[in-house]
Amino acid sequence: MDTQSLLHDLAGLIPPQRLLTRPGQVAPFESDALTSYRVRPEAVVLVESQQEVIETVRLCHRYGVPFVARGSGTSLSGGSLPVKGGIVIALNRLNRILRIDPEQRLAVVEPGVINLNVSKAAAPFGLYYAPDPSSQPVCTIGGNLAFNAGGAHCLKYGMTSNHVLALKVVLADGEVVELGSPSLEGIGADLPGLFVGSEGLFGVALEVTLRLLPKPEAFKTVLAAYRSLKTAGDTVAEILRAGLLPGAVEIMDNLAIQAAQAAVNAGYPPDAAGLLIVELDGEAGSVAADFERLMPLIRQSGAYEVRIAADDAERLRIWQGRKSAFSAVGRLSPDYLVQDGVVPRSRLGEALEHIQALSQKYGIRVANVFHAGDGNLHPLVLFDGRQAGAYEQAEKLAHEIVELCIRLEGSITGEHGVGMEKRAFLPAMFAEADVDAMHAIRLQMDPLEIANRGKMFPN
Amino acid sequence: MKPTSVAELQEMVRAQPHLRLRGGGSKTALAGAAGAASTLETGGLTGMLQYQPEEFTFTALAGTPLVEIEAELAAHGQYLPFDPPLVEAGATLGGATAAGLSGACRVRYGGLRDFILGVRFVDGQGNLVRSGGKVVKNAAGFDLSKFMAGSLGEFGALVELSFKVFPRPPAYTTLRAQYEKLTEALQALARLANSPLEMFALDLEPSDGGYAIHARLGNPSPEIQAGRIQRLKGLLGGDAQALETPQEAELWRSHREFTWLRPGSTLIKAPLTPSNIPGLESFFQQNGEAAQAQRIYSAAGNVAWIGWQGQAAVLDAALGRMGLSGLALLGPAQRTWYGIRRGEVFAQRVRQALDPQGKFHWSAGG
Repeated sequence: MDTQSLLHDLAGLIPPQRLLTRPGQVAPFESDALTSYRVRPEAVVLVESQQEVIETVRLCHRYGVPFVARGSGTSLSGGSLPVKGGIVIALNRLNRILRIDPEQRLAVVEPGVINLNVSKAAAPFGLYYAPDPSSQPVCTIGGNLAFNAGGAHCLKYGMTSNHVLALKVVLADGEVVELGSPSLEGIGADLPGLFVGSEGLFGVALEVTLRLLPKPEAFKTVLAAYRSLKTAGDTVAEILRAGLLPGAVEIMDNLAIQAAQAAVNAGYPPDAAGLLIVELDGEAGSVAADFERLMPLIRQSGAYEVRIAADDAERLRIWQGRKSAFSAVGRLSPDYLVQDGVVPRSRLGEALEHIQALSQKYGIRVANVFHAGDGNLHPLVLFDGRQAGAYEQAEKLAHEIVELCIRLEGSITGEHGVGMEKRAFLPAMFAEADVDAMHAIRLQMDPLEIANRGKMFPN
Repeated sequence: MKPTSVAELQEMVRAQPHLRLRGGGSKTALAGAAGAASTLETGGLTGMLQYQPEEFTFTALAGTPLVEIEAELAAHGQYLPFDPPLVEAGATLGGATAAGLSGACRVRYGGLRDFILGVRFVDGQGNLVRSGGKVVKNAAGFDLSKFMAGSLGEFGALVELSFKVFPRPPAYTTLRAQYEKLTEALQALARLANSPLEMFALDLEPSDGGYAIHARLGNPSPEIQAGRIQRLKGLLGGDAQALETPQEAELWRSHREFTWLRPGSTLIKAPLTPSNIPGLESFFQQNGEAAQAQRIYSAAGNVAWIGWQGQAAVLDAALGRMGLSGLALLGPAQRTWYGIRRGEVFAQRVRQALDPQGKFHWSAGG
């Protein structure tokens, strides 16, 4: 690793105001949304062109210096945590929307474009970009792509990977490759499919072709409040069993409801033990027909209060509460850990009961907000980092939840990625041969292992 | 060779220098020759391993015929939304995945790659490798499951696959509209594809000296269907007509099974976007007759299925000029790949990792 030579050469490439090296300048890049991990990078390069990214990566490869490509740093798995002795390539200024093609329904964007801005640019054409992670007003497409971000509407629309058609990337050894095509169909191995979700371990995306969808013309958003979390969970199973395919099916427990209420006053019933949000979306006729089938199910499900969003404003308020839940929990507790495990949907109730039992066992509060339709849990383990041993206890509890997901044949992560935080669990979910095969691919893409070193694979 | 267990298959991979896979043999231009010494047949690895209808997921061995899987799903009101082709011809789950094929009805919810959740495969060293999982959402590890969609058995032998499924629509309605000019047909195609109408299939094909569009709607409930059909008619323009039930089913069956392909023709799949269609059509107008060219532009103009009896080099050059690529699926394959190749360098790196000796690499030189 020859950091000094790298910095010297970078200075010839990047103007000083965009090559940050002073401690005060690089401090904001020390961590991402997983704030319990911090590493100070040697430098931060604020790139403004694809060519600058390519040159920077090539220099890193030449001098064997690790780099972390980073967008807005909203990773909850420590995915954009800097590497000791390495640099950060900050992509937020590489944020041009190069093309919106309404005829082919696609957008070509650079990685620093903010998720929500894609939909804003597509809106005049009646189109939108479907993946909607809660952080969508700030998170970038590059980060979404690296971690195969999800959101509330994955049940019907899939994750980021289902919306990426083509990519131009610079691999970690400096080679630039183009993967995929603007068509929804392909031939040959699905190369964009492998790149998406590779957690920055192959290289850096420079240009991304995204699929856009016609905006749903109708929505029906229903809120149902339950006296028990389990009943809310059982209702999800009923809805799916009936053959309905809502755009989103979300559940929040009482702690999460209180937090969301305090933060944005979403109008949630404050006493509910479990709150179910079901959203039907799509063509007006089918939404109306599905709504006729959904409502009897909800009315007979034991909900003590049912509300239907009367207009767009009310619908947005419901979603605002849900999407602010993570940050809102900050009002209940100085610190928290978010888990992101997945369980088979029919075992949601079992998983929730187990989490409650763990919460009691440890005497630690756990708030639950989850994508119930996908079986994707988001337990928020609350703790006070100022108390000695509190973090360790919270982490222990969180790890028990991850193990539970593995035991139930689920996954350690649904949408946040493995990153730093769950890398110890990759070998628990996968056999040695599986991890070896992944690592062999990593080495082919990045022989020096400089791209986002230390993430995904166990130390 | 026809292993009856994964362990046996692993042994065969370790022992053999070259291997070509064969599932049901329905993709005649891609499958290894039946009975050949280096052909690894998956027909001994069949069966549903796990299917819980309330989970909307299943796991099956690679050699399981799709006809069996579809029957089992249908018994629970579910289906494979990517509409895999050649089911009646004997396609297997592994073969459909390796070929990366989706059918006309992929328009509604997506293609095969959008529904695959996990795979187990045997790599070039004989290791059994798993990627993905059995749950509908998963971001753990590299997504080799998606990578395997379309991999043509060239990076390993798929042995087990997990998929997500959806509820099956109770009925369908298909409208047909005829256009004199391609530009009119393409305008209608764009109107439909950009509308919020939830179509299952949207195909365009030359017909009666002009072009025909077939648009298929699900029919969730008869009460709303009349209004939806009116709306679809409005978007199609002209005198769009609904097909009668038996013809409706037969049309999509013919698209799915490629029964429209002339005997002796090679079937080529060429991914594209609607903007490529005029260029391709003018090529067919000049060169198509001699080659007895047939074509259907499916999935809202995202794929051309081309029947071709002419010289492969002519079509290859034409697709290449347009920046398109093609893959031969059926019939006498003079070559496997047509037009340009994308991302080969990247694929080659994966090959170095999974199959450094290139045991599974058969299509080189195409």
